[in-house]
Amino acid sequence: MPTKTKAATKTSLKKKSAKPARKSAARPAAVRRGPSARTTLVELYVCSIKGAFIIKGDNARRAWTIGEPHFLGSETNHLVRDPRDQKTMLLAARTGHLGPTVFRSKDSGRTWLEARQPPAFPKAPDGQTGPVVNRTFFLAPGHASQPGVWWAGTVPHALFRSEDGGATWEHQEKFSRYVAQLKEQNPANIGETPGGAITHSVLIDPRDAAHMYVSLSTGGFFETPDTGRNWRPMNGGSLACFLPNTSPEYGQDPHCVVLSPANPDRIYQQNHCGVYRLDRPGTQWDRIGRNLPAAVGDIGFPIAAHPREQDVLWVFPMDGTSVWPRTSPGGKPAVFCSRNGGTSWVRQARGFPESNGWFTVFRQAMKCDAHDPVGLYLGTTAGEVWASRDEGTSWRLIASHLPRILSLEVGVP
Amino acid sequence: MNVRVSSHLHSYTQGKSAVDAEGSTLAELMADLDRRFPGLRFRVIDEQDRIRPHINVFVRHTLVRDLGCPLSPGDDVFILGALSGG
Repeated sequence: MPTKTKAATKTSLKKKSAKPARKSAARPAAVRRGPSARTTLVELYVCSIKGAFIIKGDNARRAWTIGEPHFLGSETNHLVRDPRDQKTMLLAARTGHLGPTVFRSKDSGRTWLEARQPPAFPKAPDGQTGPVVNRTFFLAPGHASQPGVWWAGTVPHALFRSEDGGATWEHQEKFSRYVAQLKEQNPANIGETPGGAITHSVLIDPRDAAHMYVSLSTGGFFETPDTGRNWRPMNGGSLACFLPNTSPEYGQDPHCVVLSPANPDRIYQQNHCGVYRLDRPGTQWDRIGRNLPAAVGDIGFPIAAHPREQDVLWVFPMDGTSVWPRTSPGGKPAVFCSRNGGTSWVRQARGFPESNGWFTVFRQAMKCDAHDPVGLYLGTTAGEVWASRDEGTSWRLIASHLPRILSLEVGVP
Repeated sequence: MNVRVSSHLHSYTQGKSAVDAEGSTLAELMADLDRRFPGLRFRVIDEQDRIRPHINVFVRHTLVRDLGCPLSPGDDVFILGALSGG
């Protein structure tokens, strides 16, 4: 029998306050603690270094209810609800002591079942040293036509596929062989971030289940037309400012890549070295981040695309100057929105601290919902969750005092 | 054989800090533990059959890292979270 694990106790939540952690220009939104909520319009799945939290919004997205922590004490990397059945949830977790695994829930997180065979590399032949999955970083539901199929990107670089709703995971050997070949050719171009060599942003073309994109930090952006039998790099126009050759065929560091839900041929990328747009079938990235204010720059982790308008996107810049503080530039957090595909940008900071706001937002921690107007949500390194229900124009603090937030996803319960 | 496990593993052992398992080597013992408590082994032994870095296994009060370590009936085995992080 797989392990059945209950959500953690209420104890830790009772210690928390709904007030913001420090002086802020924002008033906290109405936040309730406990199981009751009016009709839930949106759920936020917040993963932190010390557990996962589900935050439910009411039907106006004004009042928010935060539930008990799930797997309190575990580093939770990604919690995703399956949009195909609106029911299955997968959670990638590990602890400082215990190895990485994946948990599954069919009842909105009331109970969890552990994967029978979590993502893991094949055992190396005797006498050889084989790789070990350090953490499952990214979870992606498969194509709409393939219920039960999921993809996972791990640290170190690897891709895994499940065909049974996350119960068992199969190592994608061809992808690993391809990446190993690239590394052999150019060792410095397939590297590691401080968090390891991260395979992420597994993107599936909604028109063709076999057509996928995957990103490597570091390594770059790659395409397969045939579910991973063949791969090719697609990094023209994007920079690797940390390498002697700043425009290699591969070796870039995409932080977050998204397909526009309105047009899967429009791809947006927040890279270690700028913000980019790619219009397929073209293969050259256009650095649209050059149009951001020079004082802010175009360095950051997350990027989000509007659900219905291909030219609308958001970024959350961070300070990538001098020693790379990776904080909000000038201590003034702000989202920047473009409504014309990156030709121009508008600063959106109403509600955020006007000064001394030094947090940032990690690559998986800014997402939008599909309502009209679009709701935008972000989780910070300071353990705060901020929400906008007017497409980023204004922001409200809806949760604080959480551990450092690693990812945030939006779902419909 | 008596196996003592630290709190990190109690979600697998139904809250028990001491459980029974059999095996003539540590590898066999871990396999038996996984039969009794599915999923436990992979959390403490990686896919290359190495004890995870922050897990300490003691046999007869001696720290061991080799799954080939022989066991005898009556041995005490401890599977503990290492002191890490202060």
